[in-house]
Amino acid sequence: MSALAVTAVLVVSLATLAVGAIGLRLSRTTSDFYVASRAVSPALNASAISGEYLSAASFLGVAGLVLLRGADMLWYPVGWTAGYLMLLIFVAAPLRRSRAYTLPDFAEFRVESLVARRVSSALVVLIGVFYLVPQFQGAGLTLRTLTGAPTWVGAVVVALVVLVNVVSGGMRSITIAQAFQYWLKLVALLFPLAFMLVRWQADGSPTTRLHSVDWVEPMQGPHATYLVYSLILATFLGTMGLPHVVVRFYTNRDGRAARRTTLAVLAMLSAFYLLPTLYGVLGRVFASDLVASGRTDTVVLALPQRVFGGAAGDLLTALLCAGAFAAFLSTSSGLVVSVGGVLGQDLLGRRFDGVLAFRLAGVLAALTTLVLTLLTSGLAVAHAVELAFAVAASTFCPLLLLGIWWRGLTAAGAVAGMVVGGVLSASAVVQVMLGHVPAGWLGAVVAQPALCTVPLAFATMVAVSLATRTRLPEHLGRTMVRLHTPEDLELDRGSYHPEARRG
Amino acid sequence: MSDDRPVRVRVTGPRSAQPRRTSIASEIDAQSAVGEIYMRSLMRSQLRLALGIVLVLAASVGSLPLLFVLLPGFRHAAVLGVPVPWLVLGLGVYPVLIGLAWFYVRRAERNEAAFNDMVGGAGR
Repeated sequence: MSALAVTAVLVVSLATLAVGAIGLRLSRTTSDFYVASRAVSPALNASAISGEYLSAASFLGVAGLVLLRGADMLWYPVGWTAGYLMLLIFVAAPLRRSRAYTLPDFAEFRVESLVARRVSSALVVLIGVFYLVPQFQGAGLTLRTLTGAPTWVGAVVVALVVLVNVVSGGMRSITIAQAFQYWLKLVALLFPLAFMLVRWQADGSPTTRLHSVDWVEPMQGPHATYLVYSLILATFLGTMGLPHVVVRFYTNRDGRAARRTTLAVLAMLSAFYLLPTLYGVLGRVFASDLVASGRTDTVVLALPQRVFGGAAGDLLTALLCAGAFAAFLSTSSGLVVSVGGVLGQDLLGRRFDGVLAFRLAGVLAALTTLVLTLLTSGLAVAHAVELAFAVAASTFCPLLLLGIWWRGLTAAGAVAGMVVGGVLSASAVVQVMLGHVPAGWLGAVVAQPALCTVPLAFATMVAVSLATRTRLPEHLGRTMVRLHTPEDLELDRGSYHPEARRG
Repeated sequence: MSDDRPVRVRVTGPRSAQPRRTSIASEIDAQSAVGEIYMRSLMRSQLRLALGIVLVLAASVGSLPLLFVLLPGFRHAAVLGVPVPWLVLGLGVYPVLIGLAWFYVRRAERNEAAFNDMVGGAGR
């Protein structure tokens, strides 16, 4: 079992590097490194966005949550898909038209303030770390489950592959590698599932373990209504504020292509998210002991052995293992690119030239995450991904929605709203990670903070903007022209250009 | 875009190589009151479309948790042995999301085409 699984991990890692190498000779200038010079077609870009987005939480986590807690957990995949609908209707085209590379670029462009830029950069790094550490830890746990290797091995493998890929090719190679990884992940879940469903039917379709009311019916447990609606708000609104999602939109040709890409992403994610639920259900039938032993996160990897055993089980496990590593690698690469891009611009950009700054920042981002992963191995960070959505929904979502659709947003308002939303939601995340969740209502709020923190962030942004309404950004009119008018019209869209900053 | 106030149109000779620029484009460039009216009408049409989608989403997908709480029969129901909540959340929601996204893309592009016709002029 372990030999096949290790081979699968090696093949995925090498294939990622090889596919990435195709982009290598194409990456020459700074703008290649950051956004693949925007020469990526909607179909390829949609595969890459989906490949990048489907992380360990989607590939392993959803099935584990469904196995453990049942019907209410189906809202995670629904919300993670619906987040792209909200992104599409409010943000996709204007964000692409802003011609900003990163969220800090957008903040600086829209409210014309360096402070807003710095706060956004800090938030990108914060959200990036909440999201990256669980990927590295997931890789460690997967390798340990399959081979008994210590947890740091998996984390180091992921860190190394991501580093080589990011440093050598930047965004272009990442685009191709990630498009490949979407299809790999889809096939890796689909094939074993088909075999297992056939086996389940041959066994007479047993469903006896599925009838417990707590599990099969939605809205069970205390504070269920608050928790579910808070989860809906965090996932629906959080997607648009994830740094690695947003950076992808700059690789579209224009605003119209950005919309079409998003529509394709929605279809691809919908196809993928039909599968993890079925793994959770099959896990309930064949591997319900994982609930008692607290290892529900491994259900996807454990199922083939439970259902088939022997060589067939080994082969299917190896395929799932390949898919899981594709998930760790693709999400980590995207996050390292976006966190590295921000660090490269804001921290190193003044001391080094563009390409070198990007490479150094990528190394810095990957190594910092590796160190943090090793330091936090005892903490409950596996679900930090879910909470990262709450932080994004409480900070960048109001910035984007108000910045694009409301002329009244000022620099002071944007900064105040991001700080209030960021501090509140991030302290909830830290409480959960440390395991200090209080009992009762307050516990529900800490576990799913979005329903409280998102309205507070919006309210702060609006109130402070109104209080400072005499200080609207100087180029507001041109900014709105740039955000909302189709590119083929010849209009004066102002002079802001993020590349100019980089020299 | 049914703005019926008369717009001043400057008549110029056709320039062969360059794309035609109507007076509306130059009003927008000059950030005049008329230009602002056109910009606001574009933004309003796109925002109204987006908010309409949110309303449909809230009424359909967003109302499900409340329906589950308020209608126990809905929570217990099953079709062909599969519980209805699982069928709806695991399968039924996704076509709704894709359908809304598809409808939005069509309508948003139509709004922009109307804006282009007006601002870009007859040359397009």
